[in-house]
Amino acid sequence: MTKFIAHATEYLPLLLNGVWLTVMITLFALCLATALGLVWALFRTSGIWSLAVPTRLLVDFVRGIPLLVVLFYIYFVAPDIGINLTALQAGTIGLGLAHSCYLGETFRAGIEAVDTGQIEAAKSIGMKRPLMMRRVVLPQAFKIILPPYANNMVMLLKDSSLVSVISVQELTMQGKMLASSTFDNMTVFTLVALLYLCLTVPLNLLMRKMEIYLGAAG
Amino acid sequence: MIIFDDVHKSFGLHEVLKGINAEIAKGQVVCLIGPSGSGKSTLLRCVNGLENYQRGRISIDGTVVDAASPQVHTICTRVSMVFQRFNLFPHRTALENVMEGPLYVLKENRKQVRERAMALLNRVGLADKTNAYPASLSGGQQQRVAIARALAMRPQAILFDEPTSALDPEMVGEVLQVMRALADENMTMLVVTHEIQFAREVSDSVLFLDGGRIVEQGPAKELLRHPKHERTKDFLHRVMHPV
Ligand SMILES: Nc1ncnc2c1ncn2[C@@H]1O[C@H](COP(=O)(O)OP(=O)(O)OP(=O)(O)O)[C@@H](O)[C@H]1O
Ligand SMILES: [Mg+2]
Repeated sequence: MTKFIAHATEYLPLLLNGVWLTVMITLFALCLATALGLVWALFRTSGIWSLAVPTRLLVDFVRGIPLLVVLFYIYFVAPDIGINLTALQAGTIGLGLAHSCYLGETFRAGIEAVDTGQIEAAKSIGMKRPLMMRRVVLPQAFKIILPPYANNMVMLLKDSSLVSVISVQELTMQGKMLASSTFDNMTVFTLVALLYLCLTVPLNLLMRKMEIYLGAAG
Repeated sequence: MIIFDDVHKSFGLHEVLKGINAEIAKGQVVCLIGPSGSGKSTLLRCVNGLENYQRGRISIDGTVVDAASPQVHTICTRVSMVFQRFNLFPHRTALENVMEGPLYVLKENRKQVRERAMALLNRVGLADKTNAYPASLSGGQQQRVAIARALAMRPQAILFDEPTSALDPEMVGEVLQVMRALADENMTMLVVTHEIQFAREVSDSVLFLDGGRIVEQGPAKELLRHPKHERTKDFLHRVMHPV
């Protein structure tokens, strides 16, 4: 045990570099996924055929491909059509894009779960769609969406480990490199796992708190 | 003021309104009665553009209601609706519910809207509930807030779709009382209801709808006391003498 602690303190600074990058990738990808996901959901519930159908195709398409393949695609194929991205950019965009499609479906379900009586009430006081969305539908959908959204956020954080395959030096990649240079697989990967837990557990707790708070607000 | 001219409406192949002709003058209270599924709600919802119709026309003060037109929203600012299930916004207080339309749709001054909303809640007897959320209000209270919300738009007419059907019996009276007061102030009202007593006392005329057609229409007292058609007699008998 003391040996573990001694080694751990030695490895930790390197791994913390990885943690930092993991957090940054997750945050940026989450922003992208949330913004795009909202757009997909609004398009799909718009009732406008020319917005809904292409969105549906895109979402189903991306959801049907392994995330790893999406990442390879963006990193290796994009340069062929003249878009040069660093591994970090490609990884973040890939994660964000893929998760925007998962989140889009979550958002859509939340929007559709809002009682139709609410929509009729909004229309009956003369609201047009954008105002109705902003003032009536989205605030109510928010509460429905929050638990699956939190869940998705944790998944996104864990999925960020996949960008290690396109050589982004986030937590998993740092661990892999450290393990292959020290041969101390046990200590390194235990640390890596613990560090991921340090990120995901508070996230879960925070969300549970928020859910209770929102539930109480009625 | 509201004119129905040969209005036809179908859901797919199912024709629900089969040529409705009627006229509601300004300041009149008209009750719409009829058996379940006869198309009462549908007719009401066509008036403020919640549903479209295929043939004929509905006009309000000369403006034709067309659910497909981009101007349909302006109809809703002139004709308000009160629903069977209240449909208050659950995430807003009673006051906020009433303020929502004038503030965000009509874009009126917040301070004035607030004062008027307070006055309206006072008028429906809920001055002490301004900051209550709908979930903490009784059904009768919620429906009165909904009426205040409808009034806040300064409508030229209000549509009521079975406003007391979802209420416990002891709360029906308080809502009908508010509606009665509106009628006394000459608000134009089209009311779908099973409250025959209310129809008799408050409304100027009654439309009896059955199978998508107006079977009989006339002054409330006359039609309800001496219905001419068998189907009207049948229906009234069933409503007034439930087994
Ligand atoms: N959105 C819809 N899609 C398909 N059919 C509908 C729809 N809304 C109503 N209908 C049908 O139209 C007919 C009339 O319905 P409507 O709700 O207008 O009746 P109603 O007179 O209000 O009845 P109730 O007293 O039960 O409220 C019914 O047969 C109903 O099944
Ligand atoms: Mg009905």
